[in-house]
Amino acid sequence: MSVLAHVFEAAGIATVALSSVREMCAKVSPPRALHCEFPLGRPLGKPNDAAFQHDVLARAFALLDAPSGPVLVDHPEVIESDEQPLACALPPRFDPSLPPAVDEARGLRKAYDRQLSRRGVTAVGRVTDADGVPGAIGVLHAIANGADWKEAGLPGGNTISVCHDIRNYYEEAALELVDGPPPVGRAMEDWFYDQTEAGRTILAARAAIKDSGAKFPIWFYMVAGHR
Amino acid sequence: MNGDQAMRAFAAGLPGPEFPNPAWVTPKPLAQSTVAIVTSAALHTPDDEAFSAADTGYRVIERHRRDLVMGHWSPNFDHTGIVLDLNVVYPIDRLEELAQQGAIGAVAPRHISFAGNQPDDVATIRLDTGPQAAAALKADGVDVVLLTPV
Repeated sequence: MSVLAHVFEAAGIATVALSSVREMCAKVSPPRALHCEFPLGRPLGKPNDAAFQHDVLARAFALLDAPSGPVLVDHPEVIESDEQPLACALPPRFDPSLPPAVDEARGLRKAYDRQLSRRGVTAVGRVTDADGVPGAIGVLHAIANGADWKEAGLPGGNTISVCHDIRNYYEEAALELVDGPPPVGRAMEDWFYDQTEAGRTILAARAAIKDSGAKFPIWFYMVAGHR
Repeated sequence: MNGDQAMRAFAAGLPGPEFPNPAWVTPKPLAQSTVAIVTSAALHTPDDEAFSAADTGYRVIERHRRDLVMGHWSPNFDHTGIVLDLNVVYPIDRLEELAQQGAIGAVAPRHISFAGNQPDDVATIRLDTGPQAAAALKADGVDVVLLTPV
């Protein structure tokens, strides 16, 4: 972002950058930046809070009044990422002949469809759609249990995209099932990896792919890096 | 250290390109300025080309589009905020409100989305696709760009 600020400014367009990593912003030093210590992935801080988002924008646009720069100012509010897993019911076991994660994914389909109907758009679809998610999880289950990842039939042949599709399917479904307020920061991520069979299956498949000697980028980016 | 703290610590150590003679545009009054959003969230419409793993290009988002998905390749940040509210990443409705209030001159007809996960040297967006995107916004009469990071 800070690099693009320099590029756009050189083209004659004034820029204001929101910053999410203060050290990097200070290093690249864009002309005007408002550092926002908010959950990563939420540069305006709070979903469905127009007043707060307007506050961020007002503070950002106020930097256009600075006579010279670079200017790096901190938003006064810090929003910590919640690491408590989301409270969200998972479907009961329905078909014991299936791997638990496949059964679970099937059970979430109606919730996923409700979210899609409500929002009209889904992030699932990089290499598979909702119909293909249980099967993709089945492939990861096989990999976790010893199948060769290169031969197992991963949709798109790509270890990372399929994990995005599965995680997005779960997270979009979970927003229909959540008890209480909407998830903050990493609460949804923690729920997915710590509490769902699909999350555990991806982690196990990733470990198996790593142990098979696959190159770092093939397995590492299947899940968040600190896991 | 929680996930965001770990990612911030990692990102803080990445190389940062230097701009020895940075440009500085003295902006005209905001109430007379046309404002565009440029985000690194890899947003795109469902009918647009998806972002590839090392995509140095950009996608153009028409002002009226709200059916956007995040095509970012990084699993290292929250992906649900944008599902709850597009504006937490791409504050297009907030810009429309500011234009109605007269706080900004106009909302640009087109906005720009890059992917935040770029090669360390960022050479392509610095020398090629970034200037192309800037020229496109310039042609639309954009005076001010708001950059939102993901």
